[in-house]
Amino acid sequence: MITNFKQEDIITLAIETSCDETSASILKNGREVLSNIINSQIEQHKKFGGVVPEVASRRHIENINDVIEEALTVADVSFADLTHVGVTHGPGLVGALLVGLSAAKAIAFAREIPLNGVNHIEGHIYANFIEHKQLGPPFISLVVSGGHTHLVYMEDYGKYEVLGRTRDDAAGEAFDKIARALGLGYPGGPQIDRIAKEGNPDAIVFPKAYLEEGSYDFSFSGLKSAVLNYLNTQKMKGLDISTADVAAGFQKAIVDILIEKTIKCALEKGANRVVLAGGVAANSSLREQLRTECEKNNIDLKYPPLHLCTDNAAMIGCLAYYNYIRGLRSSLDLNAISNLKMGDNY
Amino acid sequence: MSCINVSNQKELEEIAEKLGKLVNSGDVICMVGDLGAGKTTFIQALAIGLGVKDYVTSPTFTLINEYEGRIPLYHFDVYRINHIDEMENLGYEEYFYGDGVCAIEWADLIKDILPYDYLWIEIKITGAESRQICFIGTNDYYREIAGELLEK
Repeated sequence: MITNFKQEDIITLAIETSCDETSASILKNGREVLSNIINSQIEQHKKFGGVVPEVASRRHIENINDVIEEALTVADVSFADLTHVGVTHGPGLVGALLVGLSAAKAIAFAREIPLNGVNHIEGHIYANFIEHKQLGPPFISLVVSGGHTHLVYMEDYGKYEVLGRTRDDAAGEAFDKIARALGLGYPGGPQIDRIAKEGNPDAIVFPKAYLEEGSYDFSFSGLKSAVLNYLNTQKMKGLDISTADVAAGFQKAIVDILIEKTIKCALEKGANRVVLAGGVAANSSLREQLRTECEKNNIDLKYPPLHLCTDNAAMIGCLAYYNYIRGLRSSLDLNAISNLKMGDNY
Repeated sequence: MSCINVSNQKELEEIAEKLGKLVNSGDVICMVGDLGAGKTTFIQALAIGLGVKDYVTSPTFTLINEYEGRIPLYHFDVYRINHIDEMENLGYEEYFYGDGVCAIEWADLIKDILPYDYLWIEIKITGAESRQICFIGTNDYYREIAGELLEK
Protein backbone atom coordinates (compact mmCIF):
# COMPACT_ATOMS: atom_id res chain seq x y z
CA MET A 1 0.00 0.00 0.00
CA ILE A 2 1.45 3.32 -1.06
CA THR A 3 -1.00 5.71 0.56
CA ASN A 4 -2.22 5.24 4.10
CA PHE A 5 -5.81 4.16 4.11
CA LYS A 6 -7.90 2.85 6.94
CA GLN A 7 -8.98 -0.75 6.68
CA GLU A 8 -12.63 0.26 6.22
CA ASP A 9 -11.97 2.87 3.53
CA ILE A 10 -13.57 2.16 0.18
CA ILE A 11 -11.18 2.98 -2.65
CA THR A 12 -13.05 3.15 -5.94
CA LEU A 13 -11.63 3.12 -9.44
CA ALA A 14 -14.25 4.65 -11.75
CA ILE A 15 -14.29 4.58 -15.54
CA GLU A 16 -16.41 6.62 -17.97
CA THR A 17 -16.39 6.17 -21.78
CA SER A 18 -19.99 6.83 -22.84
CA CYS A 19 -19.26 9.51 -25.44
CA ASP A 20 -16.39 11.93 -26.09
CA GLU A 21 -14.22 11.50 -23.03
CA THR A 22 -12.07 8.65 -21.84
CA SER A 23 -11.94 9.23 -18.10
CA ALA A 24 -10.74 7.40 -15.00
CA SER A 25 -10.88 8.50 -11.38
CA ILE A 26 -9.87 7.27 -7.95
CA LEU A 27 -12.15 8.14 -5.03
CA LYS A 28 -11.96 7.54 -1.32
CA ASN A 29 -15.31 6.80 0.32
CA GLY A 30 -17.29 8.18 -2.59
CA ARG A 31 -16.87 11.90 -2.13
CA GLU A 32 -13.14 12.46 -1.86
CA VAL A 33 -11.58 12.61 -5.33
CA LEU A 34 -7.93 11.53 -5.32
CA SER A 35 -7.61 11.86 -9.10
CA ASN A 36 -9.89 12.54 -12.07
CA ILE A 37 -8.18 12.14 -15.44
CA ILE A 38 -10.08 13.20 -18.55
CA ASN A 39 -8.70 12.56 -21.99
CA SER A 40 -10.99 14.51 -24.28
CA GLN A 41 -11.61 13.68 -27.90
CA ILE A 42 -13.15 17.05 -28.63
CA GLU A 43 -10.18 18.17 -30.75
CA GLN A 44 -10.61 15.02 -32.79
CA HIS A 45 -14.35 15.55 -33.25
CA LYS A 46 -14.07 19.26 -34.11
CA LYS A 47 -13.04 18.31 -37.64
CA PHE A 48 -16.34 16.48 -38.10
CA GLY A 49 -18.68 18.81 -36.22
CA GLY A 50 -19.85 16.17 -33.77
CA VAL A 51 -19.23 12.80 -32.19
CA VAL A 52 -18.11 10.20 -34.69
CA PRO A 53 -18.87 6.76 -33.27
CA GLU A 54 -16.06 4.90 -34.96
CA VAL A 55 -13.51 7.54 -34.00
CA ALA A 56 -14.95 7.55 -30.47
CA SER A 57 -14.56 3.83 -29.82
CA ARG A 58 -11.16 3.55 -31.48
CA ARG A 59 -9.77 6.47 -29.49
CA HIS A 60 -11.17 5.06 -26.26
CA ILE A 61 -9.24 1.82 -26.88
CA GLU A 62 -6.04 3.79 -27.51
CA ASN A 63 -6.53 5.91 -24.39
CA ILE A 64 -8.05 3.67 -21.76
CA ASN A 65 -4.95 2.01 -20.28
CA ASP A 66 -2.97 5.26 -20.14
CA VAL A 67 -5.85 7.09 -18.51
CA ILE A 68 -6.32 4.41 -15.82
CA GLU A 69 -2.55 4.31 -15.22
CA GLU A 70 -2.44 8.07 -14.80
CA ALA A 71 -5.41 8.07 -12.44
CA LEU A 72 -3.58 5.56 -10.22
CA THR A 73 -0.30 7.48 -10.36
CA VAL A 74 -1.82 10.88 -9.57
CA ALA A 75 -3.79 9.38 -6.66
CA ASP A 76 -0.68 7.52 -5.51
CA VAL A 77 -2.64 4.29 -5.42
CA SER A 78 -1.79 0.83 -6.75
CA PHE A 79 -4.15 -1.81 -8.17
CA ALA A 80 -3.74 -3.66 -4.86
CA ASP A 81 -5.22 -0.69 -2.95
CA LEU A 82 -8.47 -0.75 -4.92
CA THR A 83 -11.48 -2.19 -3.15
CA HIS A 84 -14.20 -1.36 -5.67
CA VAL A 85 -14.77 -0.62 -9.38
CA GLY A 86 -17.47 1.64 -10.84
CA VAL A 87 -18.25 2.09 -14.53
CA THR A 88 -20.80 3.70 -16.85
CA HIS A 89 -22.77 1.02 -18.72
CA GLY A 90 -25.36 3.31 -20.33
CA PRO A 91 -26.80 5.34 -21.87
CA GLY A 92 -24.34 6.20 -24.63
CA LEU A 93 -22.70 4.86 -27.76
CA VAL A 94 -22.49 1.09 -27.40
CA GLY A 95 -19.04 0.77 -29.00
CA ALA A 96 -17.65 3.47 -26.71
CA LEU A 97 -19.32 2.12 -23.55
CA LEU A 98 -17.96 -1.37 -24.16
CA VAL A 99 -14.35 -0.16 -23.98
CA GLY A 100 -14.72 1.21 -20.45
CA LEU A 101 -16.95 -1.64 -19.37
CA SER A 102 -14.48 -4.31 -20.53
CA ALA A 103 -11.61 -2.61 -18.70
CA ALA A 104 -13.68 -2.29 -15.51
CA LYS A 105 -14.78 -5.92 -15.61
CA ALA A 106 -11.23 -7.13 -16.22
CA ILE A 107 -9.90 -5.22 -13.20
CA ALA A 108 -12.78 -6.29 -10.93
CA PHE A 109 -12.28 -9.92 -11.99
CA ALA A 110 -8.48 -9.89 -11.65
CA ARG A 111 -8.52 -8.13 -8.26
CA GLU A 112 -11.60 -10.01 -7.06
CA ILE A 113 -13.32 -6.81 -5.99
CA PRO A 114 -16.97 -5.74 -6.41
CA LEU A 115 -18.21 -3.99 -9.55
CA ASN A 116 -21.01 -1.44 -9.93
CA GLY A 117 -22.29 -0.53 -13.39
CA VAL A 118 -24.11 2.80 -13.24
CA ASN A 119 -26.28 5.17 -15.25
CA HIS A 120 -24.48 8.11 -16.83
CA ILE A 121 -27.36 10.58 -16.35
CA GLU A 122 -27.60 9.75 -12.63
CA GLY A 123 -23.83 10.24 -12.48
CA HIS A 124 -24.19 13.87 -13.59
CA ILE A 125 -26.35 14.58 -10.52
CA TYR A 126 -23.72 13.01 -8.22
CA ALA A 127 -21.08 15.45 -9.48
CA ASN A 128 -22.79 17.82 -7.05
CA PHE A 129 -22.12 15.53 -4.08
CA ILE A 130 -18.39 15.75 -4.75
CA GLU A 131 -18.40 19.53 -4.70
CA HIS A 132 -20.95 20.10 -1.95
CA LYS A 133 -19.96 17.77 0.89
CA GLN A 134 -23.13 18.22 2.95
CA LEU A 135 -25.56 17.99 0.04
CA GLY A 136 -28.06 15.14 -0.01
CA PRO A 137 -31.54 14.39 -1.28
CA PRO A 138 -34.36 15.33 -1.52
CA PHE A 139 -34.17 17.88 -4.33
CA ILE A 140 -35.21 18.62 -7.90
CA SER A 141 -32.45 18.13 -10.45
CA LEU A 142 -32.27 19.51 -13.96
CA VAL A 143 -29.87 17.34 -15.99
CA VAL A 144 -29.01 18.97 -19.30
CA SER A 145 -26.35 17.70 -21.68
CA GLY A 146 -25.64 16.86 -25.31
CA GLY A 147 -27.68 13.70 -25.17
CA HIS A 148 -30.13 14.30 -22.31
CA THR A 149 -32.64 16.73 -20.85
CA HIS A 150 -34.21 15.38 -17.66
CA LEU A 151 -36.14 16.98 -14.84
CA VAL A 152 -35.86 14.61 -11.89
CA TYR A 153 -37.13 14.50 -8.33
CA MET A 154 -34.47 12.71 -6.28
CA GLU A 155 -36.20 11.61 -3.11
CA ASP A 156 -33.33 9.57 -1.70
CA TYR A 157 -30.15 7.88 -2.89
CA GLY A 158 -31.16 5.61 -5.76
CA LYS A 159 -34.76 6.81 -5.64
CA TYR A 160 -35.74 8.97 -8.59
CA GLU A 161 -38.90 10.16 -10.19
CA VAL A 162 -38.40 11.40 -13.75
CA LEU A 163 -40.91 14.25 -13.99
CA GLY A 164 -40.01 15.52 -17.42
CA ARG A 165 -37.71 14.79 -20.32
CA THR A 166 -37.27 15.85 -23.90
CA ARG A 167 -39.66 14.52 -26.50
CA ASP A 168 -37.29 15.15 -29.40
CA ASP A 169 -33.87 16.83 -29.27
CA ALA A 170 -31.76 17.19 -26.12
CA ALA A 171 -30.95 20.80 -25.12
CA GLY A 172 -27.23 20.33 -25.81
CA GLU A 173 -27.99 18.75 -29.16
CA ALA A 174 -30.06 21.80 -30.15
CA PHE A 175 -27.07 23.98 -29.20
CA ASP A 176 -24.79 21.83 -31.40
CA LYS A 177 -27.13 21.87 -34.39
CA ILE A 178 -27.74 25.63 -34.29
CA ALA A 179 -24.02 26.32 -33.76
CA ARG A 180 -23.34 24.30 -36.88
CA ALA A 181 -26.00 26.21 -38.87
CA LEU A 182 -24.37 29.45 -37.69
CA GLY A 183 -20.91 28.17 -38.61
CA LEU A 184 -19.68 28.35 -35.00
CA GLY A 185 -18.11 24.91 -34.63
CA TYR A 186 -18.21 22.11 -32.05
CA PRO A 187 -19.06 21.80 -29.24
CA GLY A 188 -21.88 24.24 -29.87
CA GLY A 189 -22.81 25.16 -26.29
CA PRO A 190 -19.70 27.14 -25.30
CA GLN A 191 -19.59 28.82 -28.74
CA ILE A 192 -23.18 30.05 -28.55
CA ASP A 193 -22.74 31.05 -24.90
CA ARG A 194 -19.73 33.16 -25.87
CA ILE A 195 -21.16 34.92 -28.92
CA ALA A 196 -24.63 35.39 -27.34
CA LYS A 197 -23.01 37.79 -24.84
CA GLU A 198 -22.44 40.21 -27.75
CA GLY A 199 -26.02 39.93 -29.02
CA ASN A 200 -29.44 41.23 -28.06
CA PRO A 201 -31.58 38.34 -26.77
CA ASP A 202 -34.78 40.23 -27.62
CA ALA A 203 -33.84 41.26 -31.16
CA ILE A 204 -35.30 38.08 -32.64
CA VAL A 205 -37.97 36.26 -30.68
CA PHE A 206 -38.05 32.52 -31.29
CA PRO A 207 -41.04 30.42 -30.21
CA LYS A 208 -40.94 28.40 -26.98
CA ALA A 209 -42.75 25.09 -26.78
CA TYR A 210 -44.52 24.81 -23.44
CA LEU A 211 -46.42 21.65 -24.47
CA GLU A 212 -49.70 20.82 -22.79
CA GLU A 213 -50.69 22.41 -19.46
CA GLY A 214 -48.95 20.83 -16.50
CA SER A 215 -46.34 18.94 -18.54
CA TYR A 216 -42.72 19.06 -17.46
CA ASP A 217 -41.52 17.58 -20.73
CA PHE A 218 -39.41 19.57 -23.15
CA SER A 219 -39.40 19.96 -26.92
CA PHE A 220 -36.63 21.74 -28.77
CA SER A 221 -37.09 20.56 -32.34
CA GLY A 222 -39.66 23.29 -33.13
CA LEU A 223 -37.23 25.92 -31.89
CA LYS A 224 -34.47 24.41 -34.02
CA SER A 225 -36.73 24.56 -37.10
CA ALA A 226 -37.73 28.16 -36.31
CA VAL A 227 -34.08 29.26 -36.17
CA LEU A 228 -33.26 27.40 -39.41
CA ASN A 229 -36.33 28.95 -41.07
CA TYR A 230 -35.25 32.39 -39.96
CA LEU A 231 -31.74 31.86 -41.36
CA ASN A 232 -33.16 30.58 -44.68
CA THR A 233 -35.64 33.43 -45.03
CA GLN A 234 -33.00 36.08 -44.34
CA LYS A 235 -30.67 34.48 -46.87
CA MET A 236 -33.37 34.29 -49.57
CA LYS A 237 -34.26 37.94 -49.03
CA GLY A 238 -30.58 38.84 -49.18
CA LEU A 239 -30.73 40.35 -45.68
CA ASP A 240 -27.89 40.42 -43.18
CA ILE A 241 -27.84 37.93 -40.33
CA SER A 242 -26.51 38.97 -36.94
CA THR A 243 -24.99 35.77 -35.63
CA ALA A 244 -24.78 37.26 -32.13
CA ASP A 245 -28.48 38.21 -32.08
CA VAL A 246 -29.57 34.80 -33.42
CA ALA A 247 -27.40 33.03 -30.82
CA ALA A 248 -28.70 35.26 -28.03
CA GLY A 249 -32.36 34.85 -29.06
CA PHE A 250 -32.01 31.09 -29.44
CA GLN A 251 -30.21 30.70 -26.11
CA LYS A 252 -32.82 32.81 -24.36
CA ALA A 253 -35.64 30.61 -25.69
CA ILE A 254 -33.94 27.45 -24.38
CA VAL A 255 -32.83 28.90 -21.06
CA ASP A 256 -36.21 30.51 -20.32
CA ILE A 257 -38.10 27.30 -20.80
CA LEU A 258 -35.63 25.20 -18.80
CA ILE A 259 -35.83 27.63 -15.90
CA GLU A 260 -39.59 28.13 -15.94
CA LYS A 261 -40.28 24.40 -15.86
CA THR A 262 -37.64 23.73 -13.19
CA ILE A 263 -38.96 26.39 -10.83
CA LYS A 264 -42.57 25.39 -11.40
CA CYS A 265 -41.66 21.78 -10.73
CA ALA A 266 -39.79 22.64 -7.50
CA LEU A 267 -42.70 24.71 -6.21
CA GLU A 268 -45.23 22.04 -7.01
CA LYS A 269 -43.13 19.32 -5.35
CA GLY A 270 -42.46 21.58 -2.37
CA ALA A 271 -38.73 21.09 -2.89
CA ASN A 272 -36.63 23.93 -1.50
CA ARG A 273 -33.52 22.91 -3.38
CA VAL A 274 -32.61 22.68 -7.07
CA VAL A 275 -29.50 20.91 -8.33
CA LEU A 276 -28.19 21.62 -11.82
CA ALA A 277 -26.17 18.95 -13.65
CA GLY A 278 -24.74 17.97 -17.04
CA GLY A 279 -22.63 19.68 -19.68
CA VAL A 280 -25.16 22.43 -20.40
CA ALA A 281 -24.97 23.35 -16.68
CA ALA A 282 -21.75 25.11 -17.74
CA ASN A 283 -23.82 27.64 -19.72
CA SER A 284 -23.36 31.02 -18.02
CA SER A 285 -26.77 32.39 -18.95
CA LEU A 286 -28.52 29.30 -17.53
CA ARG A 287 -26.54 29.52 -14.27
CA GLU A 288 -27.08 33.24 -13.73
CA GLN A 289 -30.76 33.34 -14.58
CA LEU A 290 -31.55 30.18 -12.64
CA ARG A 291 -29.79 31.66 -9.61
CA THR A 292 -31.91 34.82 -9.87
CA GLU A 293 -35.16 32.86 -10.19
CA CYS A 294 -34.26 30.51 -7.33
CA GLU A 295 -33.47 33.45 -5.05
CA LYS A 296 -36.84 35.02 -5.88
CA ASN A 297 -38.57 31.83 -4.79
CA ASN A 298 -36.41 31.05 -1.74
CA ILE A 299 -34.97 27.96 -3.38
CA ASP A 300 -31.39 26.88 -2.70
CA LEU A 301 -29.43 26.28 -5.90
CA LYS A 302 -26.42 24.02 -6.28
CA TYR A 303 -24.35 23.29 -9.36
CA PRO A 304 -21.02 21.59 -9.93
CA PRO A 305 -17.81 23.43 -10.83
CA LEU A 306 -17.13 23.56 -14.58
CA HIS A 307 -14.71 20.61 -14.61
CA LEU A 308 -17.36 18.33 -13.09
CA CYS A 309 -20.19 19.49 -15.42
CA THR A 310 -18.85 17.75 -18.48
CA ASP A 311 -18.39 13.98 -18.64
CA ASN A 312 -15.91 12.69 -16.05
CA ALA A 313 -15.28 9.49 -14.10
CA ALA A 314 -15.32 11.06 -10.62
CA MET A 315 -19.10 11.55 -10.74
CA ILE A 316 -19.47 7.94 -11.89
CA GLY A 317 -17.33 6.80 -8.95
CA CYS A 318 -19.42 8.77 -6.48
CA LEU A 319 -22.65 7.19 -7.78
CA ALA A 320 -21.06 3.71 -7.87
CA TYR A 321 -20.00 4.19 -4.23
CA TYR A 322 -23.54 5.04 -3.11
CA ASN A 323 -24.94 2.08 -5.04
CA TYR A 324 -22.30 -0.13 -3.42
CA ILE A 325 -23.10 0.91 0.15
CA ARG A 326 -26.80 0.38 -0.61
CA GLY A 327 -25.83 -3.24 -1.26
CA LEU A 328 -26.05 -3.24 -5.05
CA ARG A 329 -23.55 -5.31 -7.07
CA SER A 330 -23.19 -5.87 -10.81
CA SER A 331 -22.25 -9.25 -12.18
CA LEU A 332 -19.41 -9.76 -14.65
CA ASP A 333 -21.85 -10.38 -17.50
CA LEU A 334 -23.01 -6.74 -17.24
CA ASN A 335 -23.72 -5.34 -20.70
CA ALA A 336 -23.62 -1.88 -22.29
CA ILE A 337 -27.13 -0.51 -22.79
CA SER A 338 -27.38 2.41 -25.21
CA ASN A 339 -30.80 3.59 -24.01
CA LEU A 340 -30.51 2.72 -20.29
CA LYS A 341 -33.30 4.40 -18.31
CA MET A 342 -32.84 6.19 -14.99
CA GLY A 343 -33.56 4.03 -11.99
CA ASP A 344 -32.64 0.78 -13.78
CA ASN A 345 -29.98 -0.91 -11.67
CA TYR A 346 -28.00 -3.96 -12.61
CA MET B 1 -41.33 9.17 -57.99
CA SER B 2 -44.72 10.25 -56.67
CA CYS B 3 -45.18 13.28 -54.47
CA ILE B 4 -47.74 14.85 -52.20
CA ASN B 5 -47.88 18.39 -50.80
CA VAL B 6 -48.78 19.01 -47.19
CA SER B 7 -49.51 22.44 -45.78
CA ASN B 8 -48.69 21.79 -42.12
CA GLN B 9 -47.13 19.40 -39.62
CA LYS B 10 -50.43 17.71 -38.83
CA GLU B 11 -50.90 16.60 -42.44
CA LEU B 12 -47.33 15.26 -42.53
CA GLU B 13 -47.97 13.32 -39.32
CA GLU B 14 -51.19 11.81 -40.70
CA ILE B 15 -49.30 10.33 -43.64
CA ALA B 16 -46.52 9.04 -41.41
CA GLU B 17 -48.94 7.50 -38.93
CA LYS B 18 -50.73 5.75 -41.79
CA LEU B 19 -47.36 4.37 -42.92
CA GLY B 20 -46.80 3.08 -39.38
CA LYS B 21 -49.99 1.02 -39.72
CA LEU B 22 -48.99 -0.36 -43.14
CA VAL B 23 -45.38 -1.47 -42.55
CA ASN B 24 -44.38 -5.03 -41.83
CA SER B 25 -41.54 -6.89 -40.17
CA GLY B 26 -38.27 -6.44 -42.09
CA ASP B 27 -39.29 -3.21 -43.87
CA VAL B 28 -36.72 -0.48 -44.47
CA ILE B 29 -37.77 3.18 -44.65
CA CYS B 30 -35.17 5.67 -45.85
CA MET B 31 -35.65 9.32 -44.90
CA VAL B 32 -33.88 12.22 -46.56
CA GLY B 33 -34.29 15.99 -46.32
CA ASP B 34 -32.49 19.04 -44.94
CA LEU B 35 -31.96 19.79 -41.25
CA GLY B 36 -35.37 20.88 -39.93
CA ALA B 37 -37.35 19.34 -42.82
CA GLY B 38 -39.23 17.03 -40.47
CA LYS B 39 -37.51 13.64 -40.69
CA THR B 40 -37.66 13.03 -36.95
CA THR B 41 -41.23 14.37 -36.80
CA PHE B 42 -42.20 11.94 -39.55
CA ILE B 43 -40.65 8.98 -37.72
CA GLN B 44 -42.31 10.02 -34.44
CA ALA B 45 -45.71 9.84 -36.14
CA LEU B 46 -44.76 6.58 -37.84
CA ALA B 47 -43.97 5.21 -34.37
CA ILE B 48 -47.47 6.16 -33.17
CA GLY B 49 -48.89 4.21 -36.10
CA LEU B 50 -46.74 1.27 -35.01
CA GLY B 51 -48.15 1.47 -31.50
CA VAL B 52 -44.94 2.67 -29.83
CA LYS B 53 -45.79 4.10 -26.39
CA ASP B 54 -42.41 5.65 -25.49
CA TYR B 55 -41.23 9.09 -26.70
CA VAL B 56 -39.27 8.82 -29.93
CA THR B 57 -36.36 11.20 -29.40
CA SER B 58 -33.59 12.21 -31.77
CA PRO B 59 -30.98 9.43 -31.98
CA THR B 60 -28.19 11.85 -32.92
CA PHE B 61 -26.40 11.00 -29.66
CA THR B 62 -26.69 7.21 -29.69
CA LEU B 63 -27.16 6.77 -33.48
CA ILE B 64 -29.70 4.00 -33.06
CA ASN B 65 -32.74 3.97 -30.78
CA GLU B 66 -34.89 0.88 -30.41
CA TYR B 67 -38.60 0.92 -29.56
CA GLU B 68 -41.23 -1.72 -28.90
CA GLY B 69 -44.37 -1.44 -30.94
CA ARG B 70 -46.65 -3.83 -32.83
CA ILE B 71 -43.28 -4.81 -34.29
CA PRO B 72 -39.93 -3.34 -33.13
CA LEU B 73 -38.85 0.03 -34.54
CA TYR B 74 -35.16 0.74 -35.12
CA HIS B 75 -34.62 4.47 -35.52
CA PHE B 76 -31.28 5.43 -37.10
CA ASP B 77 -29.69 8.84 -37.52
CA VAL B 78 -26.55 8.41 -39.62
CA TYR B 79 -25.81 12.11 -40.04
CA ARG B 80 -22.49 11.79 -38.23
CA ILE B 81 -21.30 8.76 -40.17
CA ASN B 82 -18.25 9.66 -42.23
CA HIS B 83 -17.40 6.30 -43.65
CA ILE B 84 -19.40 3.15 -44.35
CA ASP B 85 -17.01 1.14 -42.14
CA GLU B 86 -18.43 2.98 -39.15
CA MET B 87 -21.81 1.36 -39.79
CA GLU B 88 -20.20 -2.07 -39.43
CA ASN B 89 -19.17 -1.17 -35.88
CA LEU B 90 -22.79 -0.45 -35.10
CA GLY B 91 -23.77 -3.93 -36.25
CA TYR B 92 -26.23 -2.46 -38.75
CA GLU B 93 -26.85 -5.80 -40.52
CA GLU B 94 -28.61 -7.21 -37.48
CA TYR B 95 -31.08 -4.36 -37.76
CA PHE B 96 -31.43 -4.09 -41.54
CA TYR B 97 -32.07 -7.82 -41.88
CA GLY B 98 -33.83 -8.22 -38.53
CA ASP B 99 -37.45 -8.53 -37.48
CA GLY B 100 -38.29 -4.89 -36.94
CA VAL B 101 -38.87 -1.84 -39.11
CA CYS B 102 -35.79 0.28 -39.82
CA ALA B 103 -36.35 4.02 -40.24
CA ILE B 104 -33.10 5.66 -41.32
CA GLU B 105 -32.56 9.43 -41.25
CA TRP B 106 -29.97 10.74 -43.76
CA ALA B 107 -30.10 7.41 -45.61
CA ASP B 108 -28.43 9.04 -48.65
CA LEU B 109 -25.16 8.94 -46.69
CA ILE B 110 -25.12 5.14 -46.50
CA LYS B 111 -26.61 4.24 -49.90
CA ASP B 112 -23.90 1.66 -50.58
CA ILE B 113 -24.98 -0.62 -47.77
CA LEU B 114 -28.75 -0.27 -47.94
CA PRO B 115 -30.67 -3.50 -48.65
CA TYR B 116 -31.78 -4.12 -52.23
CA ASP B 117 -35.35 -3.01 -51.58
CA TYR B 118 -36.67 -0.12 -49.51
CA LEU B 119 -39.12 2.76 -49.42
CA TRP B 120 -37.34 6.07 -50.09
CA ILE B 121 -38.98 9.18 -48.65
CA GLU B 122 -37.75 12.66 -49.38
CA ILE B 123 -39.10 15.70 -47.54
CA LYS B 124 -38.59 19.08 -49.21
CA ILE B 125 -39.10 22.35 -47.41
CA THR B 126 -41.50 24.45 -49.50
CA GLY B 127 -42.42 27.03 -46.85
CA ALA B 128 -42.30 27.66 -43.11
CA GLU B 129 -44.92 24.96 -42.45
CA SER B 130 -45.46 23.39 -45.86
CA ARG B 131 -43.56 20.40 -47.22
CA GLN B 132 -43.46 18.24 -50.31
CA ILE B 133 -43.12 14.53 -49.53
CA CYS B 134 -41.90 12.25 -52.33
CA PHE B 135 -41.89 8.45 -52.34
CA ILE B 136 -39.89 5.94 -54.34
CA GLY B 137 -40.58 2.23 -53.87
CA THR B 138 -37.93 -0.11 -55.28
CA ASN B 139 -40.35 -3.01 -55.76
CA ASP B 140 -44.09 -3.65 -56.09
CA TYR B 141 -44.53 -4.09 -52.36
CA TYR B 142 -43.13 -0.66 -51.53
CA ARG B 143 -44.78 0.96 -54.58
CA GLU B 144 -48.13 -0.30 -53.32
CA ILE B 145 -47.49 1.23 -49.89
CA ALA B 146 -46.48 4.52 -51.53
CA GLY B 147 -49.70 4.42 -53.58
CA GLU B 148 -51.81 4.06 -50.43
CA LEU B 149 -50.03 6.97 -48.78
CA LEU B 150 -50.83 9.24 -51.69
CA GLU B 151 -54.58 8.65 -51.34
CA LYS B 152 -56.05 11.32 -49.16
